[in-house]
Amino acid sequence: MRLSRLSGSIVAACLLFAAIAAATLAQSAGKATPNELGTPGGTLTIALRSEPKTLNPAFAADQSSQDVIYCMNADLIHINRESQRTEPDLAESWTVSRDGKIYTLHLRRGVRFSDGQPFTADDVIFSFRVYLDAKIDSPQRDLLIIGGKPISVEKIDAYTVRFILPQRYAAAERLFDGFPILPRHLLQNAYAESSFSKAWAVSASPSQFAGLGPFRLAEYVPGQRIVLERNPYYWKRDAAGKQLPYLDKLVFLFVPSEDAQVIRFLSGDTDVLDRFSSENYSVLKARESAKRFHMDDLGASLEYNFLFFNLNDLAGKNLPQIAAKQAWFADVRFRQAVSSAIDRAAIVRLVYQGRASALAAQVTPGNKLWLDPAIKPASHSVQHARDLLKAAGFSWRADGSLVDRGGGPVEFSILTSSSNAQRAKIATLIQSDLSALGMNVHVVTLDFSAMADRLLNSFDYEAAIMGLADGDADPNTEMNIWPSSGGMHIWHLNEQRAVTPWEAELDRLMNQQLVTLDYPKRRQLYDRVQQIVANQLPIICLASPDVLVAAKDRVGNFSPAILEPYVLWNVDRLYVR
Amino acid sequence: MKGSRTFWTVLILLAAFHAVVLFAGFFAPYGYSRQNRDFPYAPPTRIHFVDSHGHFHLRPFIYGWQASSDSYGAYAVDSSETYPIHFFVGGARYEIAGLIPSRTHLFGVTAPGQISLMGTDGYGRDQFSRFLYGGQISLAAGLIAAALSLLLGLAIGSLAGFYGGWLDNALMRGGDLFMALPWLYLLFAVRAAMPLHIAQGQVFLLIVVVIGLIGWARPARLIRGVVLSAKERNFVIAARGFGASDFYLLRRHILPHTYSILLTQMTLLIPQYILAEVTLSFLGLGIGQPLPSWGSLLSGLQQYYVLASYWWMFLPAIILIPVFLGYSRIADALQERFAVVPL
Repeated sequence: MRLSRLSGSIVAACLLFAAIAAATLAQSAGKATPNELGTPGGTLTIALRSEPKTLNPAFAADQSSQDVIYCMNADLIHINRESQRTEPDLAESWTVSRDGKIYTLHLRRGVRFSDGQPFTADDVIFSFRVYLDAKIDSPQRDLLIIGGKPISVEKIDAYTVRFILPQRYAAAERLFDGFPILPRHLLQNAYAESSFSKAWAVSASPSQFAGLGPFRLAEYVPGQRIVLERNPYYWKRDAAGKQLPYLDKLVFLFVPSEDAQVIRFLSGDTDVLDRFSSENYSVLKARESAKRFHMDDLGASLEYNFLFFNLNDLAGKNLPQIAAKQAWFADVRFRQAVSSAIDRAAIVRLVYQGRASALAAQVTPGNKLWLDPAIKPASHSVQHARDLLKAAGFSWRADGSLVDRGGGPVEFSILTSSSNAQRAKIATLIQSDLSALGMNVHVVTLDFSAMADRLLNSFDYEAAIMGLADGDADPNTEMNIWPSSGGMHIWHLNEQRAVTPWEAELDRLMNQQLVTLDYPKRRQLYDRVQQIVANQLPIICLASPDVLVAAKDRVGNFSPAILEPYVLWNVDRLYVR
Repeated sequence: MKGSRTFWTVLILLAAFHAVVLFAGFFAPYGYSRQNRDFPYAPPTRIHFVDSHGHFHLRPFIYGWQASSDSYGAYAVDSSETYPIHFFVGGARYEIAGLIPSRTHLFGVTAPGQISLMGTDGYGRDQFSRFLYGGQISLAAGLIAAALSLLLGLAIGSLAGFYGGWLDNALMRGGDLFMALPWLYLLFAVRAAMPLHIAQGQVFLLIVVVIGLIGWARPARLIRGVVLSAKERNFVIAARGFGASDFYLLRRHILPHTYSILLTQMTLLIPQYILAEVTLSFLGLGIGQPLPSWGSLLSGLQQYYVLASYWWMFLPAIILIPVFLGYSRIADALQERFAVVPL
């Protein structure tokens, strides 16, 4: 689970679940992957929002690092971003024991690292030793801890590895995506000397790197770019037997803002563009044919934006004003009234220019396999909201302002991050919607780290708007959100035991789906989770923006997906015409 | 005096502009927070005298708008609907100078017509109304901050200049320290440390006070210089000889020499501090939504799509240029005028 831009540690926490996921997933609706035979050669340029912090897969927590690492490395079993199914990668095939706990993986033979050294089971064993090492404390480590116990890995022979899970695990196959295999011959000394955390920094010399992905590091210019070159030992071939990747070079430019990226794309400096807003989509759309590129609206992403109230336990925090307001926030009728007063259609239209979907619960229409169609779209009714508030003991003064049972005016602030213009705009719309109920709402935008500190540490806030982006479509990516022990159980962190019956039910449902292998049964469990979220509103889901991408016409096999990395997931098959 | 006609013209124009801002509620057709969600980013409304049949109307009118359903932010003029502009119409409640409630607006059209002289923003709010209301906050910010700076500068500068010695040294080196402060980062820190509970208005006032308080060093230096030279003048020494107290000397003989400096500094500092507010709001540190300020009106321009698609979002900036030019013209004229007067 990746949180849209919280601090590094949170991103790390969210990453935990980035790679886990469902046993089976249907084909995502959409066109088939263009699998044209490409022409070798050429350079593709793309912009990164920031410089990668590291190229070491065991430490990468930021988006830029992950994107570059994705192009340089490979995993045993891969999630095809388009079909959202798992497919063999470095593991040619695998078998599962009857009790679902033992996975035996047969490795592909004859595969070489980008420095020419052969890939064997020793590299797999070494990689997972690193990922499991508590001292290394990789952000992915928690994924390998199931039910409190780590998985264990055994070498059977040079090309067979066995993974033993402590208990049944619904998304075990999907687990392997996100654990790139590291070269033992290059990193074991650093690991033995406990200098592993310094290995593979961005500034390290290219000769120190070797990976199993389509590209390898050629050059890093601080503040400007990272250049990757084709890996001459890459094992994949196209249908005509030609070695992949097609591209000779892949250049990542560091362009720090979205607008600058849009301008660089328009001026022809970059070939593909993703992660931009619907406003920029309209600007680009007008120049699509003149500048010879094409744009795509892939439909709802997996990101959901939501409003939530501070229901944290404030004992010992010395925040009496907020604690007093928690009496309102804890009343489900208050939350329902707020949800009912919010005009989600206006959010979709004004904030996302129609390129978004209104949400009633956390699963977006982009996640076709897990979306519960029985959940009704959130209705917008000020009258219904007023009835709910009346029933909850609120009343109105002569001037129209809302007061609670004790006669205190209903006034609170909504926190958003100044780095996200869309969310700030949503907050302003909600402020206006809630003033129709007589609530006096302030919008406070803080810079990202100040906001994260309030949400996660000091709990000094009343309400906030935030977005979460699932790394995968599977419900397991949300194991850190819905169970009360979850690290991103954002409305009530560090909840020792579920406070309300519905939170207890969420705990039970989420833990049960984790060990249920049967898809229809899991789905029933997760449908119920969505219903609870839609009715109890621990978070008030608002909208999910579409995934928007653009590419020059000369980029072949361009086939963006709604899973990250949106445009680079099939980088080995991209080519330039 | 040469240029005094321009001086007075500029002064009168500026005064008129400020009066319009002061009575924003009357001149603005809508409230600053009124959202018309059907018309985000609507271009400025054109005012017509001649209708589509070629008939002339003495009373100006506007046409209705039709939002295009398929493309966001595209509008078509619907010439079948006309809305005549009425003057002195009733509308949203406001307070004149924050005291006298009123509902009368200078002009307006009947709903669902919308008259937006400067277009609308992304929420469908009338930019013209927001510009006028925003001016109240921005000008208040400039005035309060400038007054604070000058008062502090006057007190510290005259103390340092008059008494000299270690006090002078301590105060002036303190001033150097303040001038070296990276005030923008200081403000970031102040904003982050503030609790969320205090109202936006108070947040803003606090920021203004901070800007004002850290800006004292420059005027203090100037005033110290004037005081330093004035206190050595013969009539001051004579007055001291007659037993005049320090306070009397400062008030009666020395400070009057600083008035010209104060006046020119004031005209220089007010626009500077208005711009400081603009900078802060531009960076998201100023006044919060839905209250407008000139800075927050301009902050929309940070986004490329606004620059590329909605030219009327520039209008506040274009109007502000002559205002600031006016201030600097007055500062120039004052400086010229006082430079001729021998000290």
